[in-house]
Amino acid sequence: MERFGIKTPVRYGINAFLLVAFILAGYLITQGGALGRAQNIMITQVGVFIILAVSLNLPAGYLGQLPLGHAGFMAVGAYAGAIFWRSGLLAGYGSVVVGLLIAGVVAAIFGVIIGVPALRLRGDYLAIITLGFGEIIRVIIMNLPSITGGAQGLQQIPRHSSFLVVYICVIVCCLVIHMLMKSRHGRAILSIRENEIATESCGINTTYYKVMSFAVSAFFAGIAGALFAGNQGILEPNNFSFMMSIDILMIVVLGGLGSMMGSIIGAIVLTSLPMLMQELMQGINQYRLIVYALLLIVVMIFKPSGLMGTYDFSMSHVLEKAGGLVLRGKKKGGDA
Amino acid sequence: MSSHHDPRTALLPERDIHKIPVMECRALGIDFGGLTAVDDFNITVAPTEIAGLIGPNGAGKTTIFNLLTKVYKPSRGAMFLNGKNTKHMTTIKANKAGIARTFQNIRLFKEMTVMQNVLVGLHNEMNYNLVDAIFRAPKYWRAERIAKERAHELLSIFNMQDDGERKAGSLPYGSQRRLEIVRALATNPCILLLDEPAAGMNPSETSDLMENIKEIRDIFKIAILLIEHDMNLVMGICEGIAVINYGRVIAKGTPEDIQNDPVVIEAYLGKERENAEGHRH
Ligand SMILES: Nc1ncnc2c1ncn2[C@@H]1O[C@H](COP(=O)(O)OP(=O)(O)OP(=O)(O)O)[C@@H](O)[C@H]1O
Ligand SMILES: [Mg+2]
Repeated sequence: MERFGIKTPVRYGINAFLLVAFILAGYLITQGGALGRAQNIMITQVGVFIILAVSLNLPAGYLGQLPLGHAGFMAVGAYAGAIFWRSGLLAGYGSVVVGLLIAGVVAAIFGVIIGVPALRLRGDYLAIITLGFGEIIRVIIMNLPSITGGAQGLQQIPRHSSFLVVYICVIVCCLVIHMLMKSRHGRAILSIRENEIATESCGINTTYYKVMSFAVSAFFAGIAGALFAGNQGILEPNNFSFMMSIDILMIVVLGGLGSMMGSIIGAIVLTSLPMLMQELMQGINQYRLIVYALLLIVVMIFKPSGLMGTYDFSMSHVLEKAGGLVLRGKKKGGDA
Repeated sequence: MSSHHDPRTALLPERDIHKIPVMECRALGIDFGGLTAVDDFNITVAPTEIAGLIGPNGAGKTTIFNLLTKVYKPSRGAMFLNGKNTKHMTTIKANKAGIARTFQNIRLFKEMTVMQNVLVGLHNEMNYNLVDAIFRAPKYWRAERIAKERAHELLSIFNMQDDGERKAGSLPYGSQRRLEIVRALATNPCILLLDEPAAGMNPSETSDLMENIKEIRDIFKIAILLIEHDMNLVMGICEGIAVINYGRVIAKGTPEDIQNDPVVIEAYLGKERENAEGHRH
């Protein structure tokens, strides 16, 4: 097929323009008071889950491991960020940025600490170790009331998670992981999923790349945790139960393991649907697990690779294709 | 330099006697539980030599490759790459020290494109770090461009340069074997190990492959050690051959020596006799 090739700088320009337009539009709509409080919270929550899903997709989809402790990294970041924000050491956007960075870095450190031993194991064992980690984190938080508020929860967290803050984080997260995956480092991560022995025989340090995937994934999970805290205003250890890890994994699997676009769409659908439905019918939440199971069965029957497969969407590709069609149309016209 | 050279282990005693061998094994051996898969394996491969490893099924040839590339740890003996002891090396370090291989049961990155497979081989040739990648620094663009040009060149050895965007798993069997060779070459080795490169190829593909192997040796000036059951290929291009049976070297020498060696003939015929008897019962 003839491609209407767009030069790289132009492509980057188009994408940058679309992103800025999206952020501005969203900012104006949410600030303009066009939406209710519940809707604003929902939009923020969707952003948080996009970050969680896209970051989990790195080890689960691209690296091909099965971590079940994403909620643990999220919890670490949430409490780290919230405690910093509550301390009031800084003010304004400086405080927001530093709090998010602290959340990410602390979670990434946990990612390395868990990743180094866990990644020596394979398959089921890695799943079990990370699952255990998530639960241990929750129990620790529960038992440190002087720092974390314990089971009572951590209250009066400054509500820093505005549309602007959350969606800038969404964009940074997606961009960083996209740029990473389209580099030699990303190819190394994919090749580990495809064949580990062959990757090693190409002289690639597989342990390093596994731990790196874990650390980057945990970093963004930590940031998502802090944004979650800044959205809710209150944190309870039970926010970060095993079910949270499963919720996130569900999004990634349904969207398509190894597809960033799938994770994004999955997060939008699976986060907003239950919240919208809840307004319609009280108590739908208790059927959530059944709905998940049914959804999963349906998707696995009709599209085992998830909604998007490994397909990744790019606006400039759409423009290129459209341009190609236009060019072809013109050529045909000329020939006739 | 003669201290590096042991005429008892050399496949080609008269050649390259003044050079450090690119690879040398001394009494290498490995046991799997009670089974001694390889024992007392001695071999010296000279730079730019094409050497062959032959033997009946289950003789231990692939196991030797796994020892050389550190997939298995040897139970006994030592191995040297360019005079360096590889005792403490991992598979990764062994590749960096100059050993690259293909696999008997093809291990391509199937869901990745042909180009990406070669670029994974070129991983260590690129020098930009994570930050360069995320910010798309000039270093990134430069390294990626050079690597893609290099991959293109390497693919053109087998006339595969136009298949770059195809999925590796969608290639026909013969091309998958060729792509594995390209990926191995991309890691810039000084010795290339090929495990049954002609398996599943028809006679015309096999004779092309023979030319390609010689071409690769001449262009890259590297040593090639290959396992192969196709005797035309082995006798046609190998300068030195070692015959393995039950994990031990039973004969060593030039193709002529090997073809006329009664021990070798017995090993192969003996196997056939065994098989025939097995069928009769
Ligand atoms: N990981 C392992 N564990 C146990 N036994 C093994 C292992 N790898 C190889 N073996 C045994 O070692 C012996 C040699 O096997 P190897 O694969 O090296 O044979 P080969 O010469 O490559 O045969 P072929 O020509 O069929 O490929 C066989 O008996 C095999 O069962
Ligand atoms: Mg074999």
